[in-house]
Amino acid sequence: MPTLVFDGIAYGMLLFILAVGLSVTLGLMNFINLAHGAFAMLGGYLTVAFTQRLGVPFVPAILLAFLATGLVGAVLERLLYRPMYQRSHLDQVLFSIGLVFMSVAATDWLVGSQQQNIHLPGWLQGRSEFGEGALGMGHYRLFIIAVCALLVLGLQAILSRTRFGARLRASVDDARVAAGLGIDVNRVFSLTFAVGSGLAGLGGALGAEVLGLDPSFPLKFLVYFLIVVAVGGTSSVTGPLLAALLLGLADVGGKYFIPKLGAFIVYALIIALLLWRPNGLFSRGGSGR
Amino acid sequence: MLLATDRWRERLIVGFLFAVAFGLPWLMPSRALFVAETASVALFALSLDLVLGYAGIVSLGHAAFFGVGAYAAGLFAKLVMPDPLTGLAVGIAVAALMGLACSLTILRGSDLTRIMVTLALSLLLYELANRFDAITGGADGLQGMAMGPLLGRFEFDLQGQVPATYALAVLFLALLLVQWVVRSPLGATLLAVRDNPLRAAAVGIPVASRLAFAYAFGAALAGAAGALVAQTSGFVSLEVFSIERSADVLLMLVIGGAGWVYGGVLGAVAFKVLNELVAGITPQYWTFWMGLFLLAIGLLGRERVLRPWALWQRPSTKAVR
Amino acid sequence: MGSLAAPFDKGSAVSAPVLRTERLEKRFGGIVATDSVSLSIAPGARHALIGPNGAGKTTLVNLLTGVLPVSAGAVYLDEVDITRLPVHRRVARGMVRTFQISQLFRSLSPRETLALIVGQQRGLGRRWWGSLAREASVIERADQLLEQFRLASVRDVRTDQLAYGKRRLLEIAIALACEPRVLLLDEPVAGVPAGEREEILQTLAALPAQVSILLIEHDMELVFGFSRFITVLVNGSVLAEGEPAAIAADPRVKAVYLGSGAGHTP
Repeated sequence: MPTLVFDGIAYGMLLFILAVGLSVTLGLMNFINLAHGAFAMLGGYLTVAFTQRLGVPFVPAILLAFLATGLVGAVLERLLYRPMYQRSHLDQVLFSIGLVFMSVAATDWLVGSQQQNIHLPGWLQGRSEFGEGALGMGHYRLFIIAVCALLVLGLQAILSRTRFGARLRASVDDARVAAGLGIDVNRVFSLTFAVGSGLAGLGGALGAEVLGLDPSFPLKFLVYFLIVVAVGGTSSVTGPLLAALLLGLADVGGKYFIPKLGAFIVYALIIALLLWRPNGLFSRGGSGR
Repeated sequence: MLLATDRWRERLIVGFLFAVAFGLPWLMPSRALFVAETASVALFALSLDLVLGYAGIVSLGHAAFFGVGAYAAGLFAKLVMPDPLTGLAVGIAVAALMGLACSLTILRGSDLTRIMVTLALSLLLYELANRFDAITGGADGLQGMAMGPLLGRFEFDLQGQVPATYALAVLFLALLLVQWVVRSPLGATLLAVRDNPLRAAAVGIPVASRLAFAYAFGAALAGAAGALVAQTSGFVSLEVFSIERSADVLLMLVIGGAGWVYGGVLGAVAFKVLNELVAGITPQYWTFWMGLFLLAIGLLGRERVLRPWALWQRPSTKAVR
Repeated sequence: MGSLAAPFDKGSAVSAPVLRTERLEKRFGGIVATDSVSLSIAPGARHALIGPNGAGKTTLVNLLTGVLPVSAGAVYLDEVDITRLPVHRRVARGMVRTFQISQLFRSLSPRETLALIVGQQRGLGRRWWGSLAREASVIERADQLLEQFRLASVRDVRTDQLAYGKRRLLEIAIALACEPRVLLLDEPVAGVPAGEREEILQTLAALPAQVSILLIEHDMELVFGFSRFITVLVNGSVLAEGEPAAIAADPRVKAVYLGSGAGHTP
């Protein structure tokens, strides 16, 4: 049982890192970016390429994946995404789902449809058992939790302590007012988009071992990202974090206790949850109007 | 549009096009199955038009109702009785009931929540169909349904001429029905709700029940489309619930123009023909070209990509926002 | 459907108010936007609600019409408690509003808009067959409204292509198409250019006398020209009430308006 909770937390943490960028994008520009998972996939494949082709050690490789995906995000934001902010949600959905399909097909063409494996360094393999098997902690999952916890603390600190964080929060609250206060909302958004994409890439790099990595990744996990944002809301870091943890625990627990139904439990739970509170669990608006 | 009384030209054109379509399976027997499939997905696109074009609900999981209709009709034929029309009615009824129940989830919440919930619903059904493989056949698909003769007289032939005629007839009737409804006073209130729900409520229109109606009606027609595919192909696979299918139908509707009764049908025909052509050249990478097309439509705007020559179609697709 | 609720006859000489609120309250988190407002609109009233920006005027309209749920208190229409009634049911009972920012059906023309609303008003809204075009009496009423509101020349133009003044006129025409007995006008001339203003003022003056009107407005010229009773709202609560002359002379009202620098009382 404790093992289950541990695995669920690791999974939830991973989902948070993968989805937090999407939450900010949505909160900041009211932009529905269904292609967020494509950045995660890119991070995963880059890590595979760095470690296996170029012989880069694992930790520098995921850092490189973070930077490279962030860079790609910044470029795409400037070239493709920016004209889309003012468009209808339908246009945004068409645009970004199109991007997803292109990334899936292109990855399939470039590297093939087989699952990719990440070779973990020795110190991340194996697991420690405590209390006669009551709690088994995989070292890699422990590593994921540690990295994600650091990131959460870091993000929280950036948001609440720095000048950029204040600007970002002001822009999320009301972009028009923020622009009136002399904040360059466009630049805030570019930077946030790049960091959000980079985090997705990092999540993809970290998660390849746990979630699996093949060209259908952006489609397979799309609904999970959307759940984190829909349930967690876009007004804080803690909302999506709690939503992601909840989702991770529910998914791991559901698949363990009722393997026959698989992901069914999670979907049913989430739909019921959003029936109850259509604006998410942690939105400021309360139980909806 | 709403108040127009003179429709003879429109009737003439639609009548002529359908006459051609009905002739196709008999003139080109090798293409009969293609006609049957195109008619079925055209009905699917028409059903999404009710949801997106007339109720303004962005859905990424409309395949849920299509799939439910397909499995309901397939299982009914396999386990209960082989009569196609009864099976069609069952498919419609099951999908409509589910649509009505699910309308609760889309009445409240933002576009993002709606996209997520509709997507989750189709995935949920995918999981269900996959796990209960004893009934549904799981990943192997539902096989072994033998269809009875249509109206007790016309056997479903392997070449697909009777199935194609059957699918076209159902599409034609559905089109008449939808046209009838969207031009009625009720349809007018639907347009009002789509354009401005705040104002619609402020003039006394019950917004929630109108949205629920449009959603359930759309679900029923999607169920009919799914039932047609199951019956005319004699096979249902898990793919009926896939996100690709939801995205396909969204693309079809956008190609043809949402908020216009013929948009879905024209878009479906264009999509299927394009699919045949491109898939003939690069079968694997159809997804890529479809993605590029979606991206271009989103980026450049529907009008500019699809109708650069003229805006001959009266209700602008821009109305769907 | 007409009014379901027959006005209660209390047998008193004073006619009962058509619309009344009792200690109405609305809180957003810690902020009190509407603070214990008790308001009473008489039949056939020309009642104005004024107050500086942020006084909570539009919030009050949203509470009256049911767009926002109330935190405490009650709303009575014809002495029937409608506090929990959804928006569209209040309209069916004869309370209709206009919006500060025009809320139109973008893809429809003025004629289609009015025909659909008149149809809805006459109980056709659930009919799924036939066409509004064949309902002669509906079309007749719609055309009559188009004339009355000087929209006949643009009757077939999509509303998102209309000039601003015409949009404001259509906004009021829509409300009147609902056959209101109580009409809430939320800043009808806000932002209207001077040239088109007169047209709107004239149509306002020509509104049927039996319709009770609550006018929310910043424009003091319009307020004092139009209304026979004024309520002043400040910080969500009622500061003063009375006839225009009394309000104009009230030192507290003067203080509020001179303080905010927006006062041009006559």
